[in-house]
Parts: sequence; structure tokens; C-alpha cells
Amino acid sequence: MEDLIWLLPTFPLLGFLSLALTSGNLPKKVVGAIGAGSIGLSFLTAAMIAYQFLSSGETHLVVEMWVWMAVGNFTPGFSFYLDGLAVVMMLIITGVGFLIHLYSAGFMLDDPSYSRFFSYMNLFVASMLVLVLADNLLLLYLGWEGVGLCSYLLIGFWYEKPENGYAARKAFITTRVGDTSMAIGLFLLFAELGTLDIQEMLHAAETQWAVGSGLAVAASLLLLGGAVGKSAQLPLQTWLPDAMAGPTPISALIHAATMVTAGVYLIARTHVLFELAPNVQLLVAWIGLITLLMAGFTAMTQHDIKRILAYSTISQIGYMFLGLGVGAWSASVFHLMTHAFFKALLFLAAGTVIHSLHHEHNIFKMGGKRKQLPIAFASFMIGSLALAAFPFTSGYFSKDEILIAALELEGPGMILWLGGVLGAFLTGIYSFRLVFVVFFGESKGHHEEKEVAGFSMATPLIILMVLALFGGWIQIPVDAVFSHGEVHAEEHHISGLMHAIMIAVPLLGIGVSYLFFMSKIFSVEKLMANPLATRLHGFWFSGWGMDALYNFLFVRPFVFLARINKNDLIDAVYALLVNISRFVHVMMARTQNGQLRWYALSVGGGVIILITLGVVL
Amino acid sequence: MILVVLISILFLGGVLAWLSEGLDSRFPRVVALAAVVIDLLVMIALVGADTEGAGWIVQLNAQWIPRFGISFHLAADGLSVLMMLLTAFLGIIAVGSAWDEITERTGFFYFNLLWTLAGVIGVFTALDLFLFFFFWEVMLIPMYFIIAIWGHENKNYAAMKFFIFTQVTGMLMLISILVLAYFHYVQFGWFSFDYFDLLKVNTSSAIEMWIMLGFFVAFSTKLPSFPFHSWLPDAHSQAPTAGSVLLAGVLLKTGAYGLIRFAVPLFPEASMQFAPFAMTLAVISILYCAKVAFAQTDIKRLIAYTSVSHMGFVMLGIYAWNEQALQGAVMTMLAHGLSAAALFMLAGGLQHRIHTRDMESYGRILGESAATILRRLIFLDRCIRYAGSWELRR
Repeated sequence: MEDLIWLLPTFPLLGFLSLALTSGNLPKKVVGAIGAGSIGLSFLTAAMIAYQFLSSGETHLVVEMWVWMAVGNFTPGFSFYLDGLAVVMMLIITGVGFLIHLYSAGFMLDDPSYSRFFSYMNLFVASMLVLVLADNLLLLYLGWEGVGLCSYLLIGFWYEKPENGYAARKAFITTRVGDTSMAIGLFLLFAELGTLDIQEMLHAAETQWAVGSGLAVAASLLLLGGAVGKSAQLPLQTWLPDAMAGPTPISALIHAATMVTAGVYLIARTHVLFELAPNVQLLVAWIGLITLLMAGFTAMTQHDIKRILAYSTISQIGYMFLGLGVGAWSASVFHLMTHAFFKALLFLAAGTVIHSLHHEHNIFKMGGKRKQLPIAFASFMIGSLALAAFPFTSGYFSKDEILIAALELEGPGMILWLGGVLGAFLTGIYSFRLVFVVFFGESKGHHEEKEVAGFSMATPLIILMVLALFGGWIQIPVDAVFSHGEVHAEEHHISGLMHAIMIAVPLLGIGVSYLFFMSKIFSVEKLMANPLATRLHGFWFSGWGMDALYNFLFVRPFVFLARINKNDLIDAVYALLVNISRFVHVMMARTQNGQLRWYALSVGGGVIILITLGVVL
Repeated sequence: MILVVLISILFLGGVLAWLSEGLDSRFPRVVALAAVVIDLLVMIALVGADTEGAGWIVQLNAQWIPRFGISFHLAADGLSVLMMLLTAFLGIIAVGSAWDEITERTGFFYFNLLWTLAGVIGVFTALDLFLFFFFWEVMLIPMYFIIAIWGHENKNYAAMKFFIFTQVTGMLMLISILVLAYFHYVQFGWFSFDYFDLLKVNTSSAIEMWIMLGFFVAFSTKLPSFPFHSWLPDAHSQAPTAGSVLLAGVLLKTGAYGLIRFAVPLFPEASMQFAPFAMTLAVISILYCAKVAFAQTDIKRLIAYTSVSHMGFVMLGIYAWNEQALQGAVMTMLAHGLSAAALFMLAGGLQHRIHTRDMESYGRILGESAATILRRLIFLDRCIRYAGSWELRR
């Protein structure tokens, strides 16, 4: 059964090929069947493989298909590596992916480019599966670039609007910065360790490099560069909010559930390297903490429903990075999974809201929609509870594990924990701000619209609601993967007070949100009357001014440098050569003017000069 | 013998195409297509051939001008065969892209097209340096006509620039070849232009460096590499689509081929010493031309500058002095040949329909189909770059 693992990316790849090659000539029903069906087949295969693998009791297995290229000692293969981590990832990708495809079959039905949409989606899933199943870093990089390409294509899916194209380019270029760093990391690893096979490479690094050695630090820093680009962490986080220009299912699949967590996967996969560079690992935690707080503050100020969710995604991935940084590998992967459930749910529900209200994105133009949009309301309720880590929802278990692990860390652990708890407070505020403003209070506009949710859109929402509620009870089989260096939360003693704080703080956040946006005891308007608050609001709203900063630091100098040399300075050198020879030519031609006296004069002058030269020298 | 057949089919096909115009102006394109397809079919016979001896699949050595030791020496190894296959394939593509675009003086056009291809095949197979230089010129002059006659608004300037750049640096190569042959005469007492004879020549390292530089300048102009690249954007933007396809897909590769086949093996020590400079130039090419490409608004100039940037990677690979890099360079040559040709066809198609190469004015008039095709091709380009497992140099 495990030998059939190659089928996983093959189904979606065939789906992509058949949809791309027929380029929109198939009837929509067939397109939907191919698009969602290929992922469904992948999911079934993945589930069977996972069942067999887990019941066999093996820790890992390698399925080699063919040698990709063979040059000297460089022989990367098309080989898949299956272990607990890969099993979790492939089930998330195919499972959540299938639900989102099913939802899209209904959601995108009116779009003229229905077939193009599914072809890109299928290609994305194929690439993502290659990414998580690859047994060597080169194959992983192929998947890595593949998902980047699909992300670009899908953000710019509605390319008639120039700003969508701009958002797509921004995402592609920003992640490219990280990708380049990662590529250099691969070169370094291959040059130093002589292999790109992940397990071999990690083993070689462990035996050859001392803890804290320069090479280990450099290699893990470079890989971290790739991870922060893909996962939208500081300092490369600016692309994700703009990526919301794509269709909403894309935001659910690529920019919430799967692709943006690839950075987390990469670090978890190569965690041995990060353990060899403890300072870099600590840096991961700090990046996660700062990102999660910054994004949390920004999420509180946004009024576009999708941008709120985008910032919350950045913030939640910040938690995963925090977990990675404190060595809670499996807790991070666990949060990755629960986040995939509840964030996909939230995005799909947001899609239903937007779809039902004729592309309305501004939450302050909605209001009181809980009766009008019952399924979306239920989804948002459950999704937000999980997001805010309400006790015993899925998000509670995973976030709890990460925070406990942070608290266990010697040294800066307390600060990291406090920051994480503050982040949870913010999460409570912004997630329920969204719920209260959209679904409660008085209705503003869009009174007539009914909820648009056919069978194919409602089913995924219901399944995801169940997963978001109870997904926290799932045991992920990653113990063997992170067998050493793992911080085991259970073995430590966290005081009851700390537990109480971790449970209470999100509730407190929800309460604050209630006071502001539901009961109106506190008023945002009064708060905004304070000029300092207005400024702070503007600063947070702009994402801490990062876009303006990058525009000033990188974009404008780059464009300026390009513009001044548009005509290629080197060409000017050759043009000068041409002009000199033309000039000489014109001057020489002038001497041939057919006038005898001029010729006589020049002969005489020449003779005089020669004689003078002869005398002087 | 098979190599002579390959080259003569193209030479004769060219003459036949020119003559057939007298009957009907649509005949030349059929003749040209037939010639290139037959060539490709003949070439496929070489692919499976076993490689006994020193890795040369097929060789032909006949006397040409014995007095000066000049012979008609053709041979092909894995690298030559790969390059020839690329040439013939893109030859078919070029004929196809000219099929409806070229309506005036079709006979002479296809004559030039086929003679350029013949010159390129000759370059990829010649093992006598005099013969090599002969083919080097053969591929230059017909291409000059293609740009100068069937080009766009500024064709004379572009064609002349192309001609002068290639001709002047070709001159330097000729001098180098003659000096090298002279040193062979000094050392062995008889003239030879044969590759294998010249491999044995020993000279002082200063002289070796100068001779090598003659070759290097010629090849890096053709490649092209910074700072000899500025003919390329003009030639590309003015050439008809078929011309651009051949230029980008095939002609640039002759420069890289020359470096791999001649500049490095003939002067290993000088090349070794020169490698840091060559690699620096390559890196400047990559970065500088990418930067200039970013600023372009003419779509063909943009693709042209990215070509220079990519050929910088090829040069970097050649002078990196290891197996992986060299194979990577050959891989990039193939991948760039296909993708650049495809991009120029798209640019040509756009220009044909919208009558401008200025991207700013394209705006959103691009329909669904064109945009999709563009994206797919960019995707195809990446696929090819990642494709692998070629055993290039046996």
C-alpha cells in the first residue's frame, strides 16, 4: 500500500493537466468533478496509506521512485519519505484541501474561468504534497517553488483588476526573497555535508558540527529566511494581507491552511539543525512572538473581513514559530493542524458572507446578520471560539501546549509566555469583534439577501465545524519524529494559577470585545477622540507602517536605479565610439573641399611643421 | 558522412527554397520545413549510437587545403548531438513562426534561414579550427540579412550593430587561431588547424593567455556576456520572430559551445587563471542585465536582457570548474534555448496582433487566452529548468 504513495500527487497533477489542456472547454459539472474528485481520491489514498503505516508500527519509510539527475556525487531522487510528520501533513493537505475544493465547486460556479481555477488549485495540491513528502531538500524545493507559483497565479486570478496583479507580484517577490535565502542554505548544506537527503544530511550535521558552530548557525539562519518568507513572519510578512485579493477559497487553502504553514513544516523537518544552533532557535521564538503581537494589534483595527482573518493567520503562525523556538515541535505541528481546521472554517464562512452580500468586505456595513446567514454565523461562532482558544475547543489544546512549553524554557521563557498570553488576549478581542459586529447589533444594509449555501458549500462548513470543535482530541503521531530534544509538557509542573491565567485571558479578551462592540458600555468613538489613540490606530491599521518603510527602503531605490539605467550605460560607451568615428569622418571629409588654395596651404603647413619638428628635435 | 549530409541538406535546401520562389511564393516555406524535418530525422539516428573510443559518436576527416594543414574535420559527441537536436527543433519552430509572418521575398528569407542553420550545425561539429571559423561566418551573414531585410522599424541600425560586434570579435578569434597554428608550426614543423593537434601545443603562459583571450572575446560576445552584450537587445527587438527564435535559441548557444569545446580545453591553464575574471563578468552579467531588463517597457528588449542574464549563468557554470556546474551549464543552454524561443514567439505574436511591443500600452487588452498561454509558458519554462537526468557528456 505504501508503494502507492506516488499516487498522492499524481491524482491532482492529472487533474491539473486535463483541466489545463482542455482550457475551459469542458462543461462545469465535469470540471468540478475532476477538480474536487482528484483531491478526494488523493485523500482516500492518503487515509489508507496512513492507516497502514500507523498500524504497522514503523517509524518511517522511504519510497524511491526514480533518480532525478545523476551528476558525480549529486544524485537527488524522486523519493518520498513517510513518517508521522509527513502523515499529519498529507492528511491535512488532502483532507482540508478536499473540503475546500468541494466548497469551491459551489462557490466559484458563476465564474467564467471555473476550469482555470480548478487547474491551478489541483496543481497547488500536487506541489504541496511533493513539498511535504519529499525525502530530499531539492525535491522539497521543487514543491516549495510550485506552491509559490500557484499562490501567485491564484492571487492574481481575477487579473482584470490591476491591483490584484500587483498583490500577486508582491506576494511572489516577497516570498522570493525568502526562497533565495533558502536556496543559498541548500547550496551551503550540499557543499559542506555532501548530500541533500534530509535524514542523511541531518545525521551528518549532528555528527560533524558542534552545537553553536558557525556553519550550523549559518545554515539554520538561511533556512529560517525561507521559512519566514513562506509563512509570512517578520520581516517578510507584508505580502499576506494583500494576498487576500484572490478568491476566498484560495485564502482558505493556500493562505491559511497549507502553504503558509510550509515554513513551520520546514523548520520542524530540519529541527535537528536548529537544535545545533540554539541562538537561531531562540530567534525563531522571538520572531514568532513579535509577529504574533504585531499582527494581533493590527487585526483589531482592520475592517475588511478577509484582512482581519489574514492578520489573525499571521498571528497564529507566530504562535507556531514561538512553539518551534522553544522546542515544542509537536505542539507547533499540532497547532498547525488545529489552525488548518478553524482557519479554513473561518475563511470559508467569510466567503459565504461575502458571496451572500454581493462582495461586501467591510464588516461595519454588515451587522445583525445572524438570522440571515445562519450557517455562516454558526461557523464563525465555532471558528472564533477555537481561534480564541476557548476551553476544550481545538485551538485551546494546541495553544495551551505551546504556551506551557514557553513557560518551561529557562531564561526568557517567562517573557515569551507573557507575550503569548497577551497575544491570546488580543485574539479574543479581534475574533469576537468580528463576530459581534457582523452578526449582532442592528442590521445595516443588505436586508434582502439570503444566504447562498448549496450542498457543496454547506457540507464542508459542517465537517470543519466538527473538526474545529473536537480536533483537539486527535493524537498526532509525531513522537518518533521529534524523539530527542522535545520538551514534554506533561512531565512538568505548571502551577494551577498559570493554568487559570491561560484559560481566563482569552475569555477576558472576549469580554472586552463584548463591552465595546455588543453592550456599547465602552465606545470606540470616545476612545478615538483621543489624538494619541487615533495615531496609534492609524499606525496599527497600516500594519505598523511596514509597507511604507519597505517602499522607502527597497522599492523606490530599486525602481530609481532601474529607471536611470533604462538605456543601458554600456550601450552609451559603444555609441560614443560610433560618434567619435563619425566625428573624425566628418572632419576628414571637410579637408577634401576641392579648393586648390586649401590643399596648397595644408601642404605648406605640413612641410613647415615637419621642418620645425626636425630642427627642434 | 552523416554529418556532411546534415549540413548539405540545409545548404541545398536553402538554394532550392530560393529557386522555388520563382514557381510560387508559398513553395519556399514548404521546402524549408521539409529540409529541417529531414535533418531532425537524420539526427535522431545519432542519438542511440554507441560511443566507442573517445566519446565521439561519429567522425569525418578529409583533406581540404593540405598545404596549410587545413582539413574538413567534422565530429560529434554527446554535447554536439544535444545542441544539434536543439538547433533542428528550433529550426522547425522558426519556420513555423515565419510561415504566415514573412510574405515578401520568401525565397531569399528561407535561404537565409536554412544557411544560418547550416552554419550553426557546422559550428557544433567542426573540429578543424579553420573550418570552425568558416562556419562561424556562415551563420553570421545570413542572419544579418534576416534582420536587415525583414526586421522592424530600426532594422538597419540593429543589423549593422550585430554584424560589427560579431565580425570584429570574430576577427580577434581568427588572429588567435592563426597564432595558435603558427605555434604548432614552430613546435612540430608543420601546419595544422586540427583540434586534436592544437591541443598538444605548448606555449608560454603569457602567450597562451593572449590567444585564449582572442577566443574568449569572440565567444563572450556571441554568448553574450557583459560588457559585450549591447548588440543583443537591438538585434532581438528588430528581428522578425523567426530571427529572434534562432538568435536566442541557437546562435547564443554557439558562444557557450565555443567556450566549452575550444576556449577551455585548448588553454586549460590560461582558462584556470582567467576563471575568476570570467566568473566575475558572468555574475555582473546576471545582475546587471536583470536590473536593466526590469526597466524595459519593450517586451522584446526585456526578454533579450533576461537572455543575457541567463547566459551569464552558463558562463558561470563553465568557469566554476566542476562537473555539476558544467552539466548545469549545458542544461541551462537547452532550457534557455527552448524557453527564450517560446517567449520570443509569444512576443512576436503579440506584436503581430497589437502592433506594438510597448508593454505599457498592452494594459488589459490581453484576453484570457493570451494571458493564460503566457502563464503556462512561464510554467513550462520552469518545468524544463527543473527537469533532469540527462547524461550529457559520456
